[in-house]
Amino acid sequence: MTEPAAYTEKPADPWHLAHHFSSPQQQFDSGKLGIWLFLTTEILLFSGLFCAYAVFRANHPEIFVYAHAYLSKPLGALNTMILIFSSFTMASAVRAAQLGQTRWLVRLLAVTLFCGGAFLGVKFIEYKAKWEEGLLTGGDYRPEAPPPGAVVPPEQKPAAATAKPQAAAPVQGLVIERSSIPPAAVGPSGLSPQWLANTPAHPADRWHGPEPYNVQVFFSFYFVMTGLHGIHVLGGMGAIAWVLVRARRGEFGPRYFSPVDFTGLYWHLVDLIWIFLFPLLYLIT
Amino acid sequence: MASYSGVETAAATGAVEPAGLGHVVPLGVLAAVWGGLVVLTALTVAAADVDLGNLNLYIALAIAGTKATLVVLYFMHLRYDRPFLLVVFLGCLGFVVLFISLALTDARAYAPSLVPGQAPAMKDVHTPFGTKD
Repeated sequence: MTEPAAYTEKPADPWHLAHHFSSPQQQFDSGKLGIWLFLTTEILLFSGLFCAYAVFRANHPEIFVYAHAYLSKPLGALNTMILIFSSFTMASAVRAAQLGQTRWLVRLLAVTLFCGGAFLGVKFIEYKAKWEEGLLTGGDYRPEAPPPGAVVPPEQKPAAATAKPQAAAPVQGLVIERSSIPPAAVGPSGLSPQWLANTPAHPADRWHGPEPYNVQVFFSFYFVMTGLHGIHVLGGMGAIAWVLVRARRGEFGPRYFSPVDFTGLYWHLVDLIWIFLFPLLYLIT
Repeated sequence: MASYSGVETAAATGAVEPAGLGHVVPLGVLAAVWGGLVVLTALTVAAADVDLGNLNLYIALAIAGTKATLVVLYFMHLRYDRPFLLVVFLGCLGFVVLFISLALTDARAYAPSLVPGQAPAMKDVHTPFGTKD
């Protein structure tokens, strides 16, 4: 029989190691996989909106070509620059945490938080302008003026008042009855190149000019996509504020920086979504 | 809660692990990526003013894709992380591509025939399985 090994006291676990993990490395890797799985669900959440955007845009490009000119390109570009810079400071903050530079970590997190606030401030200016110009969704779309530089295709204007739906052609022995639903918008899947003017459906307090049908749908996309993104910016700012408080207490360093790292990954994802939202809503014609 | 003392703890415990967890991205790389993102943003704004027809959409998406790749690889340090995280991320992107492309294929293929003769403007649309008449 062999002698049992002499008892040696196991070293105490560091305070940041949760009891169900065997080592800081394992804890870090588990957390990392967890945050990435969460990020994939976020991507899929937004991809539903991008999918709707793609289908609607494919069917009615004229709405997007027309209405995107209502958006302020300079403000959109400014917000892109703000988010990109905040991503840079966030990535640098993670680096500072990994190197144990607490002072720099606090500073960089504060700058990132400030950039998030600046982004929402610019967004507020944009939303306010849309509100005042009557550029809202559904029945609240009451534009005061056409978008700057709006081009009305000349060949489509004259047909506006007189165009009548053609009689339905018999198909395979059946006569398809005309729907009583009004004609669809101008576009690849549209029925006829008609333009709206003074239709009774629209109140008198709006601008009455030639424009494609259903422009208000563009603003539904605009507000839902940028709004959901804005909510994510708010959530990211909350997480950064929490990490900032903990960083000030000196809790983070080379062997424990998971909250900083994972908050950073979330913040970068918010940046990533905006990188696609900006050209798709503001730029593409 | 105790304040951080990671280095001392590592020394005291005689841990087999290295002093720090994860890869530290050099500051120069981060700054270069930021510069690249700024340049690409300026590029995509400038490209939007040039009317290239359908090409505008693809140029804008290509630039956005490049920016996203930079962010994911360096800011989100996926380049230095365990490859399994890349598999998770790319798997997710695969599903995004699947959803959007199938939805688009469906929209493009069926819209003209939903109600015959109701969408004459879509006669010439390319269909994946030969021409429609």
